Amino acid sequence: MSTGAGSTGAAVLELRGVTKTYGERPVLRGIDLELHEHRAVALIGASGSGKSTLMRCVDLLEEIDDGDILLDGEPMTVPGRNPVPFRRRLGFVFQAYNLFPHMNVMQNVVLGAVKGGGMKSADAHERGMELLGRFGLADRSRDYPDRLSGGQQQRVAIVRALVTQPRALLLDEVTSALDPELVGEVLGVIRELKHEGMTMLIATHEMSFARDVADEVCYLQDGRIVERGKPDQMFTAPRSADTQRFLSRLLDRG
Amino acid sequence: MASGAPLTTRQDRDAARRVRRRRAIAVSSLSTVVVLGGLAAFVLTSPGWPSVRRTFLSSSNFGHSIGHVAAGFWLDVRMFLVVEVVVLAAGLVIALIRVLDLPALFPLKILAVVFVDVMRGVPTILVVYLIGFGLPALQLTGVPTSAVVLGGLALSLCYSAYVSEVFRAGIESVHPSQGSAALALGLTRGQALRHVIVPQAVRRVVPPLLNDFISLQKDVALVSIIGPQEAFRVAQIFSDANFNYTPLIAAALLYLCVTIPLTRFVDHLQIRSLRERGGLLALGPH
Repeated sequence: MSTGAGSTGAAVLELRGVTKTYGERPVLRGIDLELHEHRAVALIGASGSGKSTLMRCVDLLEEIDDGDILLDGEPMTVPGRNPVPFRRRLGFVFQAYNLFPHMNVMQNVVLGAVKGGGMKSADAHERGMELLGRFGLADRSRDYPDRLSGGQQQRVAIVRALVTQPRALLLDEVTSALDPELVGEVLGVIRELKHEGMTMLIATHEMSFARDVADEVCYLQDGRIVERGKPDQMFTAPRSADTQRFLSRLLDRG
Repeated sequence: MASGAPLTTRQDRDAARRVRRRRAIAVSSLSTVVVLGGLAAFVLTSPGWPSVRRTFLSSSNFGHSIGHVAAGFWLDVRMFLVVEVVVLAAGLVIALIRVLDLPALFPLKILAVVFVDVMRGVPTILVVYLIGFGLPALQLTGVPTSAVVLGGLALSLCYSAYVSEVFRAGIESVHPSQGSAALALGLTRGQALRHVIVPQAVRRVVPPLLNDFISLQKDVALVSIIGPQEAFRVAQIFSDANFNYTPLIAAALLYLCVTIPLTRFVDHLQIRSLRERGGLLALGPH
């Protein structure tokens, strides 16, 4: 793992004017964003505002059309550059967990570390077991994903992303597919990671969670960051009329 | 309302259910007897039955030929086993060439598409004939001349085309999010295919693959037209010599000994995979 970047204050992740278009439809229109070590940035916004696309672009699962994304100061989005080594330095957790159904929990957890990260199998198992134990999954390591609840599956997916000790964790609406009573156990895990200093980019619909965990909140609308600020300011006194409308709609609903 | 006596009791319902079941058993037994009895009567009273019985169901002819036909059938089984392994490997390779979007593979991709179109479009018996007589006619060195090898090659070509389509459907049925998850873990595209996509695809296509293998097991008989003494060929030779077709019945029975257990096995797998996905619930409670 590279260290030292944090002490100079350089961003772990930096986005400069990131633009992405699907066919004729612009999805991201010039996103600027910095994510510093040990910090968490939450992306909020309606469905279709571009949150998930932004997350996928940062993990190089989508190619951007314009702009730059840098990891520890190193540009990742130079055309022709191999994305695989960069992806190995980032952890991604999906809304729908995306565990591999033909592998048991432990096989899911160590696959990336062993095949992608070149970790020794024994080391990966040991580290996986330790993480599973911490998140209350020690006795499930031999189970297949379909035997687990949604909350357990998502915790396994988080462990899977953590085994390789990523520089930053990208969490893409990780509680949106869960039954309400299972949301808490997953958010608890993320809170714990934040306390340990994990650097995180979080797309979420859970406003109280965003307020609780994030150091900065960005409101996305139509592929632009309309407003950004400290969580307290954003949720109590949003400056932009768009942010106000979005938040009051959420309050009305819930 | 709630305090009134119930309109029906549990005993009433159980009794009604018993009556319904008894009636169903009676109706199905009766119709079985009527249909099978009718068929038997129809065949046994037909004017040609005595001569059919003599030429197709002669026990002495059966006894004389069964050993030789079974020896021929052993060749069928061996060809089937070898061809099956070749077909599995070639089918998977062709499917991968077709689903991979690698520029370097583009010419192979075109070849694969043409190959599959041609092999699926031409009757298997024609391919056996053309390979069996056409390849040796080229008089190239290194080209096998054994009819068994050429026949096996022809069957491998035809069935690789079918099986590659089965594999391709399986690979395309794996949700793209599985590929995203594999890439996000830092796997290369090749590793994602090998460890995540292909294993899931293969599991899904086991029942249709076995179906293709049942029909391959039968189509091995087509190789007889270029000469090898497999079960059908041997049975034919005996029939022609004695003007009695019983050896063909013997060959048919040998095929059934393999294909019926295989078919049952496939049914079992299909039901199990349906049940795993909860699909059988839609068909009723039993």
